[in-house]
Amino acid sequence: MQKTARLFTTGLQLRTIHRSFLKRALSSVSEDQSSISIADDVVNTFKSVLGSHNVSSSLAVREHHGKDESYHKCVPPDIVVWPESVDKVCEVVKLCSKYSIPMVPFGSGTGLEGAATGIRGSVCIDMTKMDKIVEVNPDDFDVTVESGVTRNMLNSYLRDTGLWFPIDPGADATVCGMCATSASGTNAVRYGTMRENVMNLQVVLANGSVIDTAGKGKRSRKTSAGYNLTNLFVGSEGTLGIITKATIRLHGIPESMVSAVCTFDTVQSAVDTVTQVMQCGIPVSRIEFLDEVMIDACNKYNNVDYKIAPTLFLEFQGNDKVVDDQAKTVAELVEYNGGSDFTWAKDVDERNKLWKARHSAWYSTLALRPGAKGLSTDVCVPISKLPEVIVATKEDLKHSSVIGPIVGHVGDGNFHVFMNVDPENQDEIDEARRLAERMARRAIAVGGTCTGEHGIGLGKKQLLIEEIGETGVATMKQIKATLDPKGLFNPDKVFL
Amino acid sequence: MASLRVLVGCKRVIDYAVKVRVRPDKLGVVTDGVKHSMNPFDEIAIEEAVRLKEKKIAKEIVAVSCGPAKCQETLRTALAMGADRAIHVEIAEKEYEGIGPLQVSKMLAKLAKDEDANLFIVGKQAIDDDCNQTGQMLASYLDWPQATFASEVVVEDGDLKVTREVDGGLETVKVKMPCVITADLRLNEPRYATLPNIMKAKKKPMLKKKPADLGVDMTPHVEVLKVDDPPTREAGVKVESAEELVSKLKDVGCI
Repeated sequence: MQKTARLFTTGLQLRTIHRSFLKRALSSVSEDQSSISIADDVVNTFKSVLGSHNVSSSLAVREHHGKDESYHKCVPPDIVVWPESVDKVCEVVKLCSKYSIPMVPFGSGTGLEGAATGIRGSVCIDMTKMDKIVEVNPDDFDVTVESGVTRNMLNSYLRDTGLWFPIDPGADATVCGMCATSASGTNAVRYGTMRENVMNLQVVLANGSVIDTAGKGKRSRKTSAGYNLTNLFVGSEGTLGIITKATIRLHGIPESMVSAVCTFDTVQSAVDTVTQVMQCGIPVSRIEFLDEVMIDACNKYNNVDYKIAPTLFLEFQGNDKVVDDQAKTVAELVEYNGGSDFTWAKDVDERNKLWKARHSAWYSTLALRPGAKGLSTDVCVPISKLPEVIVATKEDLKHSSVIGPIVGHVGDGNFHVFMNVDPENQDEIDEARRLAERMARRAIAVGGTCTGEHGIGLGKKQLLIEEIGETGVATMKQIKATLDPKGLFNPDKVFL
Repeated sequence: MASLRVLVGCKRVIDYAVKVRVRPDKLGVVTDGVKHSMNPFDEIAIEEAVRLKEKKIAKEIVAVSCGPAKCQETLRTALAMGADRAIHVEIAEKEYEGIGPLQVSKMLAKLAKDEDANLFIVGKQAIDDDCNQTGQMLASYLDWPQATFASEVVVEDGDLKVTREVDGGLETVKVKMPCVITADLRLNEPRYATLPNIMKAKKKPMLKKKPADLGVDMTPHVEVLKVDDPPTREAGVKVESAEELVSKLKDVGCI
């Protein structure tokens, strides 16, 4: 190991530690991805601790665990392990710490920023065998789940209780994965994001110890006890510890739902309507914008025939009277802004038909060019800035060769440009990244964020510094160095 | 117009999402501590009945279930979805294990007569035994017409026009009431029970009966000899060429 000059800032100290173990880990790796660098006797130790059926070094399994839904290239980890209990997770962490092996926790692999992609020489910890729904408390509106439980699994389990977990990022992500990325979704405008809905987390720390961030078994609706450790781990993208259990808030299943669709002549008028709806204080539960490029893609993919124009999809939830009132008020605002074709549906089959287009947005975009991958932007700005930002974005896209349909949770000021790129065409990827960075910087300049819900992952590390500032990021790195001194938890993600 | 009294059969089964495990005595599956819920096809049946009531065609929906005490949870769900009252035919755990569609259909037939039902809807089959017999036997005991595997039910001039999903496609039949319908997957999408409705359901009447009250003989007619896991999947074999594939297929007698 090279001697490195002693440096006093923790950020650089972290980087030198990172470099030295990576050097050791990679020293015997060949270019062929099918070989692994973790020594056989170490692999056997994992097998004896977890059971040999819970450890795999087969290339197919490693490749599956080396990527997520983003455009980032697949980097297979060296081995994939499946711990079946929190005790086993502790043993894995202790082993990895002993041999200085980086770890990447893995849920359902539906992330969009590469946070779960593999790292050469790493162990991928697949959390999905820990899939118990530990405790439902219908009277208190909370539930505790292990890290392998996905949100659809949870909602199916809860369906007879009258409660649901409304955060809907589209994909069937694991609940703890949603904690790790601070996920959000179409419902956030009404129900909030993971930050507002996680009450307690069980986390395995770098030294193999286990903490309950709010205390073991604690599930009070609010607390002022000590530091807010729960929200420290929410959004940490696997860099501070391994989440093994989460206690989350549930909400009542709405009695009545009304969905509506309306079209506009211009993007400006559609987005103006959104800001007015929000400013009227209407508790709309979903308000989604699709531009005409996206509608066209959705028409083609779903074989439907929506008018190809900027469109708003809305949903109102509550009791019968309330949803009718909300729908009427919004219809008036739509008309005021020159919108038309306001169609609405209360019946579940009709509503599903209306929303099918929106739900298939990601896949509709990819289907425009088979074999294409998607690069999604995720900027989120104050609502009052939304019209100018979207209009400027459309201008950028008009002058570019990249196809970029827009879909957005505009009620939160958050929208995505799903750029369709050929993964083999570096020029296209570069152009898409250039556009994405331009959009992110525009958002940061008006007081917004480069990532409203997807996370930093691999692609936005530089933007994190621009958004938070050097000192802020240095503080984050200090926390990282304290909680993960050897830098083994998902290194290379979030921070440069 | 609302004139029909609709009875709906609901069975409490192991939830569809559970990974079922064989009992150590190999005579059944593990049910202790395992999540149970209403048979999904029965949820569809209840939903159809509730929709008929919303369309003012049905005037009363009665949910019925035969089985141990815990069936009351299933009936409460039915009430929360919109049924007006429930009847629980209580059968002790041990006795329940020995019976099947034969005895259940007799109980439901007696209830249909006692309650003066115009329409009886059940799920096409239960997901635990996959028998697909109760609806058909029920119609037979009542000497009523039946429309099974319903994917659409329309009222037409006082009769029911039912579209059935059959192997060859879709078949439409007209049945006079009183009749039995068995619900198939695509008949509708059942609603979720909401909190206010769950609250209201607690106050709706639930009547308890015994098989003896209905004059049904509970002697088992079927004895389970053994329950086994399906054989574990073997690893595949990679072959080097199409010729080798053909020769291996010939060896195992596939071609």
